[in-house]
Amino acid sequence: MATILFEIALTFYFAGAIVSIVELWLGSKATSKPVIYIAIAGFVFHTFSIILRYIQGGYLPITNLHEASSFYAWSVLLLFFFLEVRYKLGLLGCFIMPLVFILMLSSSMLPRELKPLNPVLQSYWLPVHTFLAFLGNAAFALSFVIGIMYLIQEHYLKSKHPSGLFEKLPSLQSLDEINYRLITIGFPLLSLAIITGAVWSETAFGTYWRWDPKETWSLITWFIYALLLHARLVSGWRGKRAAILSIIGFSTVLFTFFGVSLIMKTYHAFK
Amino acid sequence: MISVIGLNHKTADIEVRERLAFNGPKLEEGLKGLLSLPGVKEVFIISTCNRVEIYLHSKNTVSTQVIRFLSEFHSIPEELLKKSLYILNGLEAARHLFRVASSLDSMVIGEPQILGQVKEAFEFALGQKTTGPIINTLVKKAISAAKRVRTETRIAENAVSISYAAVELAKKIFEDLSTKTFMLLGAGEMAELAARHLISNGVRSVTVANRTYERGCELAREFNGRAIRFEDFPKELVHTDIVICSTGAPNYVVTKADMQEVLKERKQKPVFLIDISVPRNIDPAINELDNVYLYDIDDLQGVVDSNILERKKEAEKAEKIIDEEVEKFQKWLSSLDSVPTIIALRKKAEDIKEAELRDFFNKFPDIDEKKKKAVIQLASTIVNKLLHPPTAALKEDSEDRETLIATIKRLYSLNDEE
Repeated sequence: MATILFEIALTFYFAGAIVSIVELWLGSKATSKPVIYIAIAGFVFHTFSIILRYIQGGYLPITNLHEASSFYAWSVLLLFFFLEVRYKLGLLGCFIMPLVFILMLSSSMLPRELKPLNPVLQSYWLPVHTFLAFLGNAAFALSFVIGIMYLIQEHYLKSKHPSGLFEKLPSLQSLDEINYRLITIGFPLLSLAIITGAVWSETAFGTYWRWDPKETWSLITWFIYALLLHARLVSGWRGKRAAILSIIGFSTVLFTFFGVSLIMKTYHAFK
Repeated sequence: MISVIGLNHKTADIEVRERLAFNGPKLEEGLKGLLSLPGVKEVFIISTCNRVEIYLHSKNTVSTQVIRFLSEFHSIPEELLKKSLYILNGLEAARHLFRVASSLDSMVIGEPQILGQVKEAFEFALGQKTTGPIINTLVKKAISAAKRVRTETRIAENAVSISYAAVELAKKIFEDLSTKTFMLLGAGEMAELAARHLISNGVRSVTVANRTYERGCELAREFNGRAIRFEDFPKELVHTDIVICSTGAPNYVVTKADMQEVLKERKQKPVFLIDISVPRNIDPAINELDNVYLYDIDDLQGVVDSNILERKKEAEKAEKIIDEEVEKFQKWLSSLDSVPTIIALRKKAEDIKEAELRDFFNKFPDIDEKKKKAVIQLASTIVNKLLHPPTAALKEDSEDRETLIATIKRLYSLNDEE
């Protein structure tokens, strides 16, 4: 049942991604309304599939990579809905939906079997640590997408030929401010995730830090966002530079998430 | 027959348009005068600074009399009038009004005022009782066509003047103009106009730096801002988000190095520079800096030009909507013919008769064949006798046939419109 719900959600997200691309291609006539409706429908099925899997497994379903990337897609969408209600950033839906679909597609291609939970992971730290990490990473995903929107809008303005999506995209100021706000949300969450991880590691293995690749790469990510915040506050690195940094930051997030889990040996491998 | 006689900015220059304008009391006199011409049944006049058009519903062609009337009324030689007037009849006249109301015939395509002017002109004529069922429907259809064009195309979007383009760009750089500071550097007609647009779009903090300090003070008073000495403007730049520059200086008054310094001091907060001076007063290389957006007069003109092009593309879509609406209007017009009305009337009566008979036979199922026939016969006779006089009246070719048809349709609620 959880699988069927998952497939339905995936189908909605696929449709949402296609509609997004068509809308963006329309340029000055683009709107994210239909995309948002499709996303809501997919999100409902997705939520039920996660709940069912939680009931079946008896633990928060984020322990293998299939579950983790599905849960990641879900958190990104959840945060997007908050932003949409709060700020109504034009076309954000059309930019976020392809990303949500890609996360969900990767999830669908990974092995799905429900295995008994590794005893090491049986701890109340599991939901706390992972939930913080996922929410932080969701904020970074949105800041990445908003960074891309910023660069597009900035390009229109600098090129002196505002056309296409120009009219529908939000102003540079609001893109920049919301990007900053997202990072100020994501950064403390990531910090807390790292701290709770360290504490958990101490209770489970007797050491706070083991230089596991996941830990190392999380630290690298942490430094990138720390640099971004620092540069912004001290030397006014806003606008374009902040947007580029948030894109770089997100690529390390993705690498930490997929790259490290698939390529390197780590006990964080979601296996 | 519907027709239009008129002239616009394309066919007549301003002197002729002025002389033909129906201003103030002239409009009322004009409407009444035209209505009194033989054959004219309904009339309505649109008179704006770009066009004067007379829409008529008449029994037959009345253009000669109307032109003579106009010539006498405005004391313009007929020859001069004939050179600039256009005359359109029937559906072509309807199409013309639809296009005018949709702003497809305007000097600036998509400008929003014309629809209001059409409505006003119509309401005036309505008040003077110079219109009737035909012109009323014509104008109502024109207004709804214009609304469709407005909502279904993007004809009225995008700025088509330089000062509006500047405001539109500012709104895409800054979210809320009311929290932004603005400096007018130098003065000039276009700079002042752009400043006014920015202020009416929310900019509140205004500083004026002009070479003649007194003139600067004058402008500052007008904009509710403050004036500073021209020499002091570089210091002020640090606190300024939007600059409109038009100093008339022969060289750059803001260089790239200046701007780099300013940006550093304001911690890279974005700046929008609008340089409408010729020769330019702000070094164009400044646009290469991050967080500065510099538009000179040509850049703004470029934005305006592409917007105009966009509107022309949208106008093609609008023409299709007009085609559809004209077709609908034609259907309505032809429904005013007597034949379809007679058919509709008969059908209505037949339907009632059939339904009542069915009811009757249901109530009395064991009635015999002979009586049944007699009842049917009776019903048919009543229907035919009742319908005979209106049918005959409709067939007659009378003066007020269209009014009669409209009345009958209303009395019997024969609505054949979709």
